[in-house]
Amino acid sequence: MGKRVGMEVSIAAAEAVKQCNVDVVSAYPITPQTHIVEHLSEIVANGELDAEFFCVESEHSALSVCVGSEAVGARSFTCTSAQGLALLSEITYIVSGLRLPIVMIVANRTLSAPLSIWNDHSDAMMIRDCGWIQYFVENGQEVYDHVFISYRTAEDREVLFPAIINMDGFTLSHVIEPIELIEQEKIDQFLSPYQPLYSLHPDHPVTMGAFALPSIFAETKKAQEVALCSSMPKILEVWKAFGDLTGRYYRPIETYQAEGADTLLITMGSFGETASVAVDQMRAEGRSVGLVKIRLWRPFPFDDFKNAVKGAKHLVVIDRAVSVGGPKGPVASEVKSALYGMEGHPAIYDFVAGISGRDVAPIDFIKMVDKAKIEIEEGNQEGYELYGVRE
Amino acid sequence: MTENLNVFAVRTLTQKEYFAPGHRACQGCAEVLAVRLVAKALGRNVIVSNATGCMEIVSSPLPFTSWRVPWFHVAFENTAAVASGVEAGLKALMRKRRIPRKKIISLAMAGDGGTADIGLQALSGALERGHDMIYICTDNEAYMNTGIQRSSSTPFGASTTTSPVGKVKMGQITWKKNMPAIAAAHNIPYVATACPSYPIDLVQKVKKAAAIEGPAYIHILSVCPTGWRSAPELSIKLGRLAVETGVFPLYEVENGKYHLSMDFPKLKPIREYIKLQGRFRHLTDDLIEEIEKRVQKEYEALKERAKQGV
Repeated sequence: MGKRVGMEVSIAAAEAVKQCNVDVVSAYPITPQTHIVEHLSEIVANGELDAEFFCVESEHSALSVCVGSEAVGARSFTCTSAQGLALLSEITYIVSGLRLPIVMIVANRTLSAPLSIWNDHSDAMMIRDCGWIQYFVENGQEVYDHVFISYRTAEDREVLFPAIINMDGFTLSHVIEPIELIEQEKIDQFLSPYQPLYSLHPDHPVTMGAFALPSIFAETKKAQEVALCSSMPKILEVWKAFGDLTGRYYRPIETYQAEGADTLLITMGSFGETASVAVDQMRAEGRSVGLVKIRLWRPFPFDDFKNAVKGAKHLVVIDRAVSVGGPKGPVASEVKSALYGMEGHPAIYDFVAGISGRDVAPIDFIKMVDKAKIEIEEGNQEGYELYGVRE
Repeated sequence: MTENLNVFAVRTLTQKEYFAPGHRACQGCAEVLAVRLVAKALGRNVIVSNATGCMEIVSSPLPFTSWRVPWFHVAFENTAAVASGVEAGLKALMRKRRIPRKKIISLAMAGDGGTADIGLQALSGALERGHDMIYICTDNEAYMNTGIQRSSSTPFGASTTTSPVGKVKMGQITWKKNMPAIAAAHNIPYVATACPSYPIDLVQKVKKAAAIEGPAYIHILSVCPTGWRSAPELSIKLGRLAVETGVFPLYEVENGKYHLSMDFPKLKPIREYIKLQGRFRHLTDDLIEEIEKRVQKEYEALKERAKQGV
């Protein structure tokens, strides 16, 4: 067993990047991601990690530098939040198209306007379709673990996709949690040095990033889509290998007290922990309520999700972003499409809660479950509301 | 006399082509000639990062490529950042003994839009960080790839599709942005201007840039018959006239010191340059005179700077 220490989650994330022996780090400061970059710069300055470290002039360049370094075969890392993610979003689509296994941590934060530095998932939802593997982690340990998991998965030759680790800004990035650190020998055993399938080098000249005419573009997109969906077995395999190494087994969908539950809360990210407290309370009152947590957002684990909610009567989806003018919460919309056509599928009530970091306590989850129950029983099968808003 | 020598001297360049024939550039494109010369100058140990633009489009229609050296296209505005990443990645991998140590040039290439407009921030960042790389701007003085829209590098008076000549306006109303001066202001070791009409000079400058440690910036005037509304067979001549009239002086800035590559005691009348281009067709005598005055003034200032050795 590794050492268990109290550590700020951002520091733990940076330590994991160091343990992955990353070759190039390029980033730009934005709250609440800053502590990761600051600590990485210290690590490099102290000679604990032999890497090229650049604090560049924008997030757009931060990811672009990583694109260049990853293309020559160097393991590269960046991290950002909200506006920074928006600025570099153009490049996210290119990275996945180029099949470069860059790993990026997003300390999730609200997109302006109004400007807000606090946490929700509006930034992550903006790049939902960028073609990266996208994880939503629940606590500090998961952040730390998923840095290793992400590199090993992303760099697998049967995968070769970039990966995003979404961690809630402040709620995770700025809190001190007990983190079980993994010994370096174990990491070295788990994660070999990156061996690119193709890289830019004069000894074997290749053209990367050619343009496609309509006569060939659709085929390249199809290939990309098939490849991302087919990476699912590898994603599971890496989680299994990681579990065998550390005892911590991860799944695309995690359930808590969900077996036979009439009502299921659906969460993503750090809300999972708070919701589980609420579930405990409701269970203690004899109520049939459980929790389903989505850890893998892309590729979306449709089958696992369907299995997890089978038999439930009510789903209470907690979204952290609004699809303005659209189908309301993006997670609920995903859930609905996953269950469409499923016989006797549960009623789905969608709450958008805790946007821009507004506190959501266990009692709020209970209130949402209560509200959903009343609404559904009154015939509102697909309700939606922005929870706790003053109108 | 010098003109003739240059014509023969070109044959002394390597016969090897790293930018292959069969690309889709327009007839008379001087930009593609510049790229071909740059590729010859750098040889095989190079990784090219190319911005979106004419040179990218003409050379890389999937599944074909004109490139016999490693070539990379990511986006429009970030080429300097990408090339800096290439340099950093190689450096780290060589230091960590994961690939054998050898000199590999990281070359960034972009047009005037990708350099002076949308790519300026990324370029400034890369120059400031001091990466060992070469950045080449092939300047054809407008967004030619998208259909001849004005850029900040379009010269005063030129008619483009977004600085058209109308009843009250006479084409581009702003003066060309001085990109080499902006690059030099970053205190990088080497800045130069070049033109494929002077191939030996161009190749020598690129080789010099490759030999220097740290960032180097080369600004190459690239005549575009399509956008300049000029005859394709006049591209080389137009490049020479740009230099001989003082519109585009050839010079170097080495460690902050200016040096004229070619000096003319008397500049040719600017009219000789302007009259061959449809984009200036509408210019009145007054406007031509105004341009000539400004060009002369700037040329004198540059000359003075070179003389003072600053």
